[in-house]
Amino acid sequence: MPHISLPEQLPGISSALAFRPETAKPLRELAHILLHEPNSLSPGERELIATYVSSLNDCYFCQTSHGAAAACHLGDGDTVKQVYANFEEAPISEKLKRLLVIAGQVQRGGKNVTRQAVDAAREQGATDVEIHDTVLIAAAFCMYNRYVDGLATWQPRDEHLYAQMGAHLAREGYQTPSVRP
Amino acid sequence: MAHIRLPDGLQGIRAAMAFRPETAKPLNELAEALLHAPNSLTAGERELIATYVSSLNDCYFCQTVHGAIAAAHLAGDEDLVRRVKVDFGQAAISDKLKTLLVIAGRVQKGGKNVTSADVEAARKAGATDVEIHDTVLIAAAFCMYNRYVDGLDTWQPHDEELYRQRGKKTAKEGYVSMSQEYIPQQKQEQGA
Repeated sequence: MPHISLPEQLPGISSALAFRPETAKPLRELAHILLHEPNSLSPGERELIATYVSSLNDCYFCQTSHGAAAACHLGDGDTVKQVYANFEEAPISEKLKRLLVIAGQVQRGGKNVTRQAVDAAREQGATDVEIHDTVLIAAAFCMYNRYVDGLATWQPRDEHLYAQMGAHLAREGYQTPSVRP
Repeated sequence: MAHIRLPDGLQGIRAAMAFRPETAKPLNELAEALLHAPNSLTAGERELIATYVSSLNDCYFCQTVHGAIAAAHLAGDEDLVRRVKVDFGQAAISDKLKTLLVIAGRVQKGGKNVTSADVEAARKAGATDVEIHDTVLIAAAFCMYNRYVDGLDTWQPHDEELYRQRGKKTAKEGYVSMSQEYIPQQKQEQGA
């Protein structure tokens, strides 16, 4: 049961966003810009970064819903599973692998990001905006994951529900609710 | 030197926000809603939660600037801010705020660390659902802001007077209004 009285029938972050619309607005807008708006990193790549960080933070709702969104963008669920199991062996670009290293360092704490990791990303063609966005996506998911689990939100184990949510997120982005009561 | 080429002469998160005005907008609006907008928790109490979490995350810029904002809201009581960081159990703050700081500390370690007993203790001390929600989200949000500031290795000069003056101004004007000082306005509108 959630720690506070959240609207029923809404899974994960949806219930917390419905509970407090004032904070929901910037939280939705931030995710929309970071993950959905046009960017030199594809939405699939950015969703993989979000999914990877959420899996390091062990947040079931976030890793499953963003994993489903990534799978929709990539047209391939196996790549998502390979990214959390061992991204170095996954069929993704070298640049994305180097950005995932930075994302993992941010997850442990901002001071863990090394000059070496940043140089390695740059050698694979990463731009300053791509490195910035990787750091901020990783940091933002350290927030979203803690928000979702810190309130003990309802996180049903229902693959079909997450597949539907992922399809909505991949198509529409984050400005509007992905599930309705 | 920062990990990427950030605008010169801006400290901490300001440099990152000026670099990317599109994401700066919701980041400032979130801080405004959580820390500055009217709330049953005072602005001083909410800034103390932000300062405490930033000190646990060892982020110099965030704990110093939010500590200065907290002190500005608390009649300049910098000593109280220091006590909250060192041992809030002994600080001259309400029992309700102490129980909320326990929850914030749990969130900093990871969302799953928050226990029903922690939440019950806060409720017994008079905390409402919105106050518990906001405590969790402030703590979570500072786990983001702190990582953003340190993850880019931003410039964080050690200059107490700078933060003290900025703290007074931010306490009065809020985050969205202050952001106009350092974010190129035209770019911000295009990003909106």
